[in-house]
Order: sequence, then C-alpha cells, then structure tokens
Amino acid sequence: MNYTKMGMNEKEYTEYVESKAEKSSLLKNCIIAFIIGGLICVIGQVITDIAMSYGLEKKLASSVSTISLIFIGALLTTLKLYQVLGKFAGAGSIVPITGFSNSIVSPAIEYKSEGFVLGIGANMFKVAGPVLVYGVCASVVYGLIYYMSKIFF
Amino acid sequence: MDLFLTYLKVFITGGIICTIGQVIIDKTKLTPARILVLFVVLGVVLTGLDIYKPIVDFGGSGATVPISGFGYALANGVKEEIDKNGLLGIFTGGITATSAGITAAIVFGYLGALISKSNIKK
Repeated sequence: MNYTKMGMNEKEYTEYVESKAEKSSLLKNCIIAFIIGGLICVIGQVITDIAMSYGLEKKLASSVSTISLIFIGALLTTLKLYQVLGKFAGAGSIVPITGFSNSIVSPAIEYKSEGFVLGIGANMFKVAGPVLVYGVCASVVYGLIYYMSKIFF
Repeated sequence: MDLFLTYLKVFITGGIICTIGQVIIDKTKLTPARILVLFVVLGVVLTGLDIYKPIVDFGGSGATVPISGFGYALANGVKEEIDKNGLLGIFTGGITATSAGITAAIVFGYLGALISKSNIKK
C-alpha cells in the first residue's frame, strides 16, 4: 500500500488525504466564487455604462444598474435557476446584490402558502431584514461620529 | 483597450470581494445571512475609515455590486446628507441613498412570490 511507504498508518493517511481534499475544495470554491462574483459585477458595470451612454448621471446610472441586477436576481430565483447557480458558486452568488435579491424572493415564495400578509409579507425580510437593521444602525453610528468630528475639528 | 482594462478591474475587484466571502464561509461555516450582515457592516466601517472609497474608484461596480457596496452607499448617503442638512442627515441619508435597491427588492420579490406556485411544506 502507498501510505505505508510514506511512513504513515492508515488513520494518519486518511487525515492526510482529507486535509488535502479540504484544501483543494477550498481553492476550487474560491476560484468559482471569484469568477462568478466577478462576472456579476462586470454585468453591473455594463448596465451602468449603457445607462450613462443614454445621458444619465453617474448616481442615477448606478441606481439603474442596482435595480436591474435585483430584477435579474429575482427573476432567476423565481425560475429556480439562482438556486442552481448558488449550489456551485457559493459566495460568488451570495455576496453580490443579486444574492440579496435572492434572499428576499426565496422566502417570499417559500412562505406563500401561509398567506399574503403573514406568509409573504412577514417572511420576505427574513434574511434581508437583519442586513438592513445592522447596515442602517452601523451607518447611524458612523453618522454620529462624522457629525461630532465635524463640530469639534 | 481602455474599456477592457476597466472591465478587468471590475472583474478582479468583485472577484476578490466574493473570494473573501467564500474563504469566510469555508473556514467558519457562517450562514449566508451572517455573511451578508458581516459584509454590509464591513462596508459601512471601511467607508467610514476612508478605505472603501478608493476601492470604488478603482473597481467601480466591482466594489458597489457586492453587498459591502450597499454599506458603502448607506454610509456615503449619511455623510452627504449631514453635509447638506446637518444632524437630521444621520436619519435621512442612509435609506435615501439605498431607496432604489430596497424598493426594487420588495416589489420584484412580491411579484416573484405572486407568480410562483407555493411550495407545499412537508
């Protein structure tokens, strides 16, 4: 057997193989996340550039891009395609704004059977709610610090 | 060529941010919800420290499309409104700057749920 040649017993060999496998799957996951995440961002840039070529100023163009990406994310989630992407793209599909969109649409669909108010309405922000809560609170803390520093310095 | 370079920068910046997320997921087993929260807060903090703005200048959508860019928009909105309206800006700036995204997510999410067949839960 191979592992005896490497001076390991069976258990050590299993651990060795597992640690290698873990490393290679981390590397593989990262490469896929890099490519998919990068591509989604490029799509966002293309939409921004197209909107700007129609004479929109930068801020509005970037809003158009955000809305479009959220629409694409919602559409793909509704068609059950985003879940397929998510299975192999990992963070590449979670971290971009399309993943935020997915996190809203997916529970909305899942809980539809519980009714329009307590099903869709209440569960839509299951994941996005915490994101807004912590994002807004953090921005208020930042705002307070910024306001203070403006007064005192 | 310039255009290619721009898109390459976007691709690399967005790719790196997502890769950081992937490393955190694989190493800590954090759930997607926690990853999203972590990235938004990081986006706000890094914007406050004047670190995120240079990344946006370099990578464009590569830095604004990831959810950390949502934190950047929140913090930036607060800053701009404070400059314009003073203290009140702390309350109005964040959501004003991100209103398009939030409204789009609610409306498209609702429409998506309307046209989907409900999953029968076991």
